[in-house]
Amino acid sequence: MTARRRHPLAGYAVVLFGLLLAGVGYAVVTEAGAASASAPAITQDAQIAQGQAIFREECATCHGQFAQGTPGVAPSLIGVGAAAVDFQVSTGRMPAKEPVAENGRKPVGLNTQQIHALAAYIESLGGGPAIPSTAQVSQVGANAGFGQQLFVADCAQCHNFQGAGGALTYGKYAPPLTQSTPTQIFEAMLTGPEAMPVFNNTTITPQEKRDIIAYIVQTRQEPNPGGFSLGRVGPVTEGLVAFLGLLLFMVLAALWITAKHRKTPHE
Amino acid sequence: MSDSTRGRVPGEPEEGPILRAQTEGSAEPEGAPRRVIGTPAPAQSRMLLAQTAAESTAGLPAERERELPADLADLDDAKRAERIVAGCFILAMLSGFAFIAAYVIFLPHSTTRVLHSNLALGLTMGLTFLFLGVGATIWVRRLMPHVEMTEQRHPMRSDEADRDAFVETFNEGADASQFVKRPILRRTLIAATVPAVVAPILLLRDLGPLPRTKLEHTVWRDGMRLLNYGANTPIRPGDFSSPGGMISVVPEGFQDNFNALAKAACIIIKFGPGEVVYTQQSQPADGFTVQNWTVDNIVCYSKICTHVGCPAALYEQTTHHILCPCHQSTFDAARGAKVIFGPATRALPQLPMTVDAEGYLVARSDFTEPVGPSFWERGNSS
Repeated sequence: MTARRRHPLAGYAVVLFGLLLAGVGYAVVTEAGAASASAPAITQDAQIAQGQAIFREECATCHGQFAQGTPGVAPSLIGVGAAAVDFQVSTGRMPAKEPVAENGRKPVGLNTQQIHALAAYIESLGGGPAIPSTAQVSQVGANAGFGQQLFVADCAQCHNFQGAGGALTYGKYAPPLTQSTPTQIFEAMLTGPEAMPVFNNTTITPQEKRDIIAYIVQTRQEPNPGGFSLGRVGPVTEGLVAFLGLLLFMVLAALWITAKHRKTPHE
Repeated sequence: MSDSTRGRVPGEPEEGPILRAQTEGSAEPEGAPRRVIGTPAPAQSRMLLAQTAAESTAGLPAERERELPADLADLDDAKRAERIVAGCFILAMLSGFAFIAAYVIFLPHSTTRVLHSNLALGLTMGLTFLFLGVGATIWVRRLMPHVEMTEQRHPMRSDEADRDAFVETFNEGADASQFVKRPILRRTLIAATVPAVVAPILLLRDLGPLPRTKLEHTVWRDGMRLLNYGANTPIRPGDFSSPGGMISVVPEGFQDNFNALAKAACIIIKFGPGEVVYTQQSQPADGFTVQNWTVDNIVCYSKICTHVGCPAALYEQTTHHILCPCHQSTFDAARGAKVIFGPATRALPQLPMTVDAEGYLVARSDFTEPVGPSFWERGNSS
């Protein structure tokens, strides 16, 4: 009989193997790194000179010898300010590996002191927003409740209510805010990296920025009553996971119920 | 061996395990018609069921052909299966009692207790049904015979005598009830049912008052300030110190009125010099218009998507795209928010804007077209 050539458990094995492969593959692909920045302390001229050396080595290929930019490849960095440099480099987005729709967070190659030197060099070329001070991003006295109102009005449409991120057009995306430091969030609002709009200090005041940061940071610390956070996207994900899990169970149950008998006991 | 064996017509020479299973054990008389499982039964095997006791004892062959095998071949295996099934059913019973116990024990007085209660109730009820199903499946698979049965179909139509009798009875009843003879009774009875038919039409009233022209207007008026939503502070054009900025705005005085905001919510976008392409309504270029209603390269668009009314506010400062998160309608903010992708058919309406005496951004008037998705009375939908 043709039905006897395959082991009766072969069907289950194929389904489980396929799922396992997809799961492991996804876990391998999605890896994450983290980095943060703190204060430097050397003379300004030496710092700028060091920054220029780093710039020529790491950045000049795309952004040009004088940070003037290359049309169609990389923008001019004159006037972007220290905050933009600190954000891009401390999150690992720059130096970019390859031209892509959206540069994602990746492990950082430079240390904090080098990043600040690079930022000082770019700032010396044409000013721009400075790296926020520790006091500016301090969570002491910040109003997370008011921060939530502001976050819902102007941030949540792209970054999701819990800061879990979301998709944009043509391969771009709003990244999750789960690993961003308060300084990086402040800098992102101030400089509008990639497709993000600029929220400068007159449209959203520094105090309001602190409140928004307080909301983002506090949201991360919320307990997960269900155990897994599932990206904190909410009932949609939870429903989807339950749906897919139960669907698998139903498929296996249907396979079992309708499987051919191995032998007829009445023979 | 393939399944085609089962489709053979009776009388043909038969081989195969199914047939042997049928003939080996039974002491059939020579010459009795053989039957293949899955084919229509020979007439007499069915007729035996309908025969009266008198007929069956009148010297006719009383040996009835079994349709289903009497017992299992492997009784040890059957015993094992029986124990498994019984075990499943006992577990189902226990979790059923556990469900009752959980209902009594976990009184949902607090959020945590509700969580525990739901978990316990769901788990025990799920296990009850699971064990019932597993037990039933094992029973069917291992204890019940695996044979196909056939049942004859008979014509549905009653015979002529029955049909005539029915018509006669019906007409007699109609006459006897006086329904036909007394039209006044008949007509008043029908009239009595009319209100019951008409009444449901009145339920339409409960859908609320007619919208009239509500969908065509928002609360925006001449001189009304644009407030930065959330902080609810007025905005000066100079607050956008650099291009690429975007902020959600609401009309002053309506910042907490969600019914008003459902139509009046807007976003304002700051462009760099020369980035916005201006045209006039009288001379639309390439299917879009940007009126000169802007202040210092700041443009104000409705936040309500023209597809089905989601808040379209995912603004990308590099491409000037406004994306709606619901169905990916994409609008080009630099070109009058015309649709460049997705199911929306109309550009996002632009709010006429200027500055007041104190230098704050204000509306010049309401929107000049209805905001949000199309509706019947709107007219042109494109």
